[in-house]
Amino acid sequence: MKRILVSIKRVVDYNVRIRVKPDGSGVITDGVKMSVNPFDEIALEEALRIKEKGLAEEVVAVSIGPADCQQQLRTALAMGADRAVHVQTDASIEPGTAARLLLKVVEREQPMLAILGKQAIDDDCNQTGQMLAALWDRPQATFASKVEIAGDKALVTREVDAGLETLEVDLPAVITTDLRLNEPRYVKLPDIMKAKKKPLDTLDPAALGVAPIERLKAVKYEPPAQRSKGIMVKDAQELVAALRSKGLV
Amino acid sequence: MSKILIVAEHANDKLNPSTAKCVACATKIAGAEIHIVVFAAEASAIAAQAANIAGVAKVITVSHAAHQNALAALIAPQLAELAAGYTHVFGPSTTFGKDLMPRVAALLDAPQASDIMAVESATRFRRPIYAGNAIITVEVAEGTRLVATVRTASFEAAGAATSAAAIEAAHPAAAIPAHTRFVSVSAARSDRPDLQTAAKVVSGGRALGSADNFQILYSLADRMGAAVGASRAAVDAGYAANDMQVGQTGKIIAPELYMAFGISGAIQHLTGIKDARTIVAVNKDPEAPIFEVADFGLVGDLFQLVPEIEKLIASGS
Repeated sequence: MKRILVSIKRVVDYNVRIRVKPDGSGVITDGVKMSVNPFDEIALEEALRIKEKGLAEEVVAVSIGPADCQQQLRTALAMGADRAVHVQTDASIEPGTAARLLLKVVEREQPMLAILGKQAIDDDCNQTGQMLAALWDRPQATFASKVEIAGDKALVTREVDAGLETLEVDLPAVITTDLRLNEPRYVKLPDIMKAKKKPLDTLDPAALGVAPIERLKAVKYEPPAQRSKGIMVKDAQELVAALRSKGLV
Repeated sequence: MSKILIVAEHANDKLNPSTAKCVACATKIAGAEIHIVVFAAEASAIAAQAANIAGVAKVITVSHAAHQNALAALIAPQLAELAAGYTHVFGPSTTFGKDLMPRVAALLDAPQASDIMAVESATRFRRPIYAGNAIITVEVAEGTRLVATVRTASFEAAGAATSAAAIEAAHPAAAIPAHTRFVSVSAARSDRPDLQTAAKVVSGGRALGSADNFQILYSLADRMGAAVGASRAAVDAGYAANDMQVGQTGKIIAPELYMAFGISGAIQHLTGIKDARTIVAVNKDPEAPIFEVADFGLVGDLFQLVPEIEKLIASGS
């Protein structure tokens, strides 16, 4: 079956103001709204569009993390994923571990494409997709802004510092999404009801033969240096004069 | 002792300044021996530039036709082979380095620290998380090889060397895969400066009211030589293109001057601009949160003020 695997990470919602715990042991996540990582929503949307064009037959959403990740997997199912796989663990998962776990799921599911968000908005690592591609020994097309599937190849336009780069990759391949790739659909209420009946399998990392290891240890968390409030000017003239005195205009 | 391998970024036979910034980061590790590796179709001209960066002990060249377009999947196995014997492998936190380094880390079975902004020791680094809303200090065990990308905005480029470092050709045996092929690259489509790297940015929010109304910002931006950005609300409303979005889920920028017109200052927008040197906010709502972070705030109607500001800048008075 032509299958697309999409990773879904549960992260603090992008609208939440992040606060570091006073003891520096982490950021406050208790009672905070959690959501699907925005780049992963884009990954899922792209997978669904490829399926809707008849170029794939099944979209599988995968999440790695504690039991609560199933909320985000249900969101993915409501958006249109056919089924979900939850690799359940309470361990701290660094990108290398996530990639090794995803590789195990890839080996079971044999997808034509794995689409991941280019980064998670919590740890901002931007690593997992590239690491999965390396371990899988397959092509990677990161920071995608356009994806075209043609037979056993994909033509991917990437957002790079120089502009837009286009790569041709053999399938299967790993694609990571940039912001401009698409606009994810909104979930409708009937879809949320339907999602409750879709299959969601739970896997144990140990059963997959992967032990989560933490090689990059968090020593402490701190808030960033704060900006101080500036001055109010009364009109455009005063504003431009102030900018001119600083050599900015 | 630390031995650091830095992968050079380059285009059109020119070394990218990000390479000298990686060297500056590496020199913060006491007593480190720093080497640069250049992958290119023909690496010698770039290697000569790399050899002139202060602090570099040796430059290694890998000249191969396959490295014409610096593709991560093609470089990674060869870089991983050359990384034997090094304690650290660094690349810039540009799209080139972000694409390449995790692939190398996975091949080396090494952890990666992304976006390092400060060096505390050979094993301890600081990096931003949550779009810069928190800073984490991370540590690897002594003896663990570390791959890292260097946040270029955090380091001043290393200067010129008094004498050039030795240049040595390498011929790694690792096979170069054929599954990934370069098709084309097109430079940014606009005559305006690139939003990500522009020194000045003029940005608009939902208060602009329409895509047509954004014209007044384009006009001001062209007068100032600035890039144009937009809030998520303006992008969602269709007033501005997706690639203009500034904020946590858009572009995180650090210009010398950021001018926000009709942007209230949602958290996710503020995280995208808080490294700007000077922030100007113009908004008709005196309670708008953007004023809390603005160096200069002006309450008023942007449709009146934008043309007025442009005129004042043009007249030089």
